[in-house]
Amino acid sequence: MTTPDPPPARELLRTEGIRKTFPGVVALDGVDFDLRAGEVHVLLGENGAGKSTLIKVLSGAYRADAGRVLRDGKPVRISGAEAAEKLGIATIHQEFNLVPQLSVAENIFLGRQPRRLGIVDRKKMEADAKVLLDRVGVTASPRTPVGELGIAGRQMVEIAKALSLRTRVLIMDEPTAVLTSEEVARLFAIVRKLRSDGVGIVFITHHLEEIPAIGDRVTVLRDGRSVGQVPADTPEDDLVRLMVGRDIAQQYPRERGKADADAGSAPLLRVSGLRKQGVFEDVSFEVRAGEVVGIAGLVGAGRTEVVRAVFGADPYDAGRVEVAGRQLPGGDVWASHTAGLGLVPEDRKGQGLLPEASVADNLALVTMREASRGGLVDRGGLRKEAARIADRLGVRMAGLDQHVRTLSGGNQQKVVIGKWLLAKSRVLILDEPTRGIDVGAKVEIYQLINELTASGHAVLMISSDLPEVLGMSDRILVMSQGRIAGELTAREATQDAVMALAVGTSAPGTSEMEDSPRGH
Amino acid sequence: MAIDTQPGHRLDKRPGGGGPPQVVRRILLDNGALSALVVLVVILAIMSGDFLTTTNLLNVGVQAAVTAILAFGVTFAIVSGGIDLSVGSVAAFSGVMLGWFTTTQGMPDFLGVVLAILTGTVCGLLNGVLISYGKLPPFIATLAMLSAARGLAQVVSEGNPVLLPDSLSWIGKTIGEWLPVPVIVMLLMGLVAAVVLARTYSGRAMYAIGGNEEAAHLSGIRVRRQKLVIYTLVGTFAAVAGIVLASRLASAQPNAATGYELDAIAAVVIGGASLAGGVGKASGTLIGALILAVLRNGLNLLDVSAFWQQVVIGVVIALAVLLDTLRRRT
Repeated sequence: MTTPDPPPARELLRTEGIRKTFPGVVALDGVDFDLRAGEVHVLLGENGAGKSTLIKVLSGAYRADAGRVLRDGKPVRISGAEAAEKLGIATIHQEFNLVPQLSVAENIFLGRQPRRLGIVDRKKMEADAKVLLDRVGVTASPRTPVGELGIAGRQMVEIAKALSLRTRVLIMDEPTAVLTSEEVARLFAIVRKLRSDGVGIVFITHHLEEIPAIGDRVTVLRDGRSVGQVPADTPEDDLVRLMVGRDIAQQYPRERGKADADAGSAPLLRVSGLRKQGVFEDVSFEVRAGEVVGIAGLVGAGRTEVVRAVFGADPYDAGRVEVAGRQLPGGDVWASHTAGLGLVPEDRKGQGLLPEASVADNLALVTMREASRGGLVDRGGLRKEAARIADRLGVRMAGLDQHVRTLSGGNQQKVVIGKWLLAKSRVLILDEPTRGIDVGAKVEIYQLINELTASGHAVLMISSDLPEVLGMSDRILVMSQGRIAGELTAREATQDAVMALAVGTSAPGTSEMEDSPRGH
Repeated sequence: MAIDTQPGHRLDKRPGGGGPPQVVRRILLDNGALSALVVLVVILAIMSGDFLTTTNLLNVGVQAAVTAILAFGVTFAIVSGGIDLSVGSVAAFSGVMLGWFTTTQGMPDFLGVVLAILTGTVCGLLNGVLISYGKLPPFIATLAMLSAARGLAQVVSEGNPVLLPDSLSWIGKTIGEWLPVPVIVMLLMGLVAAVVLARTYSGRAMYAIGGNEEAAHLSGIRVRRQKLVIYTLVGTFAAVAGIVLASRLASAQPNAATGYELDAIAAVVIGGASLAGGVGKASGTLIGALILAVLRNGLNLLDVSAFWQQVVIGVVIALAVLLDTLRRRT
């Protein structure tokens, strides 16, 4: 480990060769990482590089398969959240662990409220909370229900809670993703104060420009390995190279020839002036037959909200959606289906599948209505169709009666896609189609996308995986804060160009997210 | 990559290979509730000489009928991830209305029966409207109906039993020596429930909504409309149960079937349905209702006090679901 910094401060935390596998996926494959007292150590990596898995290992949510964790130089076992707490390790997740109905003070001291004779001592609790809130610069009263605070306020309550636990190692998972630039500045001030108090901070961010502003060192993860440790003032280009580290073209076998030939054809999907108050605005785009249009943008830019509205899953306030020239009524999934739209939602288990039902039943979910005669569903016919599509997509299963819950992520995704292929959808909307599935299955899905577009389907694909968007799309729409910030052709699109549009500025250095705070 | 195995090569339950004993064994292994029922029957047959007599078994069937019919309806609600607490009250209200239409108003029997069924159906529809369009949780909506329908039954009957015309009493009787009408109605309604669940679009939608409501919505299932259908059906089944119950007693009691919703839910759950939704079968529910009836009947034959009977039934419910959860976990 090469350390350029002159005085090596006390080491708080070290991991050596951490390895963690899930069925079919190697999430972490030898991660070496160390954190010193009084530093901000940035953890950088693409989606799926293993950052979340690593912090889950450190916070006790996962148990590593191999490797060691050392706290203050001593090997430790972090067997659960409680163990992490005892070791002075606190994590602030993207989803806050707060109870909105309870007060700020109650949230900070949840489960360990100061007590007198078994009764919660509210006065002491609120006074203690006040001291902590002052430290993080929150002016709200400790009695305010957390639900009344904005996102930034809730984050500060999480930090105050971590401080109350005498945290020495603070892990922050993309804390700036949901903040406005002003809030980011305030967060940074507090992080610096904690650093000067000797706390070690693991800081995850996707915003490269934040790294020199807040970080001391950077560890880059790629494909579950730590591939480099560099100072925070490393040029962005070098960081990106470390993160990506491979030839994008090889991994994304997009065959583009056909799409160029069809460039003049009529659009299959046309969206114009779509608006939903406070969520997205003025969204217009087209997708032609044979084309893959990617939607890139930061989490929270409104991408999912737009495609859900286009698909009729949620209502919208104004605008038109046309499929092959036919206007959709809006807010009606069935009408979208009959017009030829299909949606593969971002949360496979939560939105795409009936986990306890069979492969056959899941594949028949859309088509069973049309397969009804005289009120009775032709399940035999549906089963045959299901067998046919499962075969075509190469779904690996014990049989059509296997519960989809027990399939691997990639095969589950094939079932969700297969459902819409059976429904004869001509326009497929894929929201994060390869999230959480292994590399082999990813390539199969890319090949399927190629086959579909080659046979005249249109694909609209949201992805937070930049190389994937760049590799698979014929055109890329970049969304930022509920608007389409720009459109790039496959040739123009680079990671930098996409990120510049996504962040909402082309000149780095100026305040990067100036617009009004998004709805709390 | 390719799968050349044809559908169901592993989970094939159809007989074919193996002799009948093997088939029976497999069915019992696949179905915990059925095995429990068989074990229960065997034990009771050994412990009491009166148990395995035709009269007694028919008696068990009649005792199970009302609970089973209610439970078939509740199965729809539970499979779709909901619940219906109002079935007992709706059954009583429908029974009282049957008496009111036929005896008080002097309408023909057939019309009275149709209107009584309509009464329960409308109650169910109201539940459905509250749940689908009022966005009330099913627990709350049907809890309100539990109170309201019971109240209406009292209002219409002024708190007194309403006599049914003699011409309707056949519904509660036995045809010939061994054909109790309540059992026939139970089997008929069970068949209807089975077909609805397994074969109709609404039935398949119940599994989809209970399995994952958002996935169902995103697959083009009109969830709200289907919930309306579901709770309306539950109301219809409750009305039929109410008519059978009233006919058996030859009078409609405004406080009949009090607490039956809990027996119905117990029958559904013992039958293998999951309160989380997405899982459940009409055959399972029938077995669940039979287990409850057999247990009560057997405990009576063995002279166990009514108080202890309640304790035993509580234990059985807990055990049934516990075993099922354990079986599923492995």
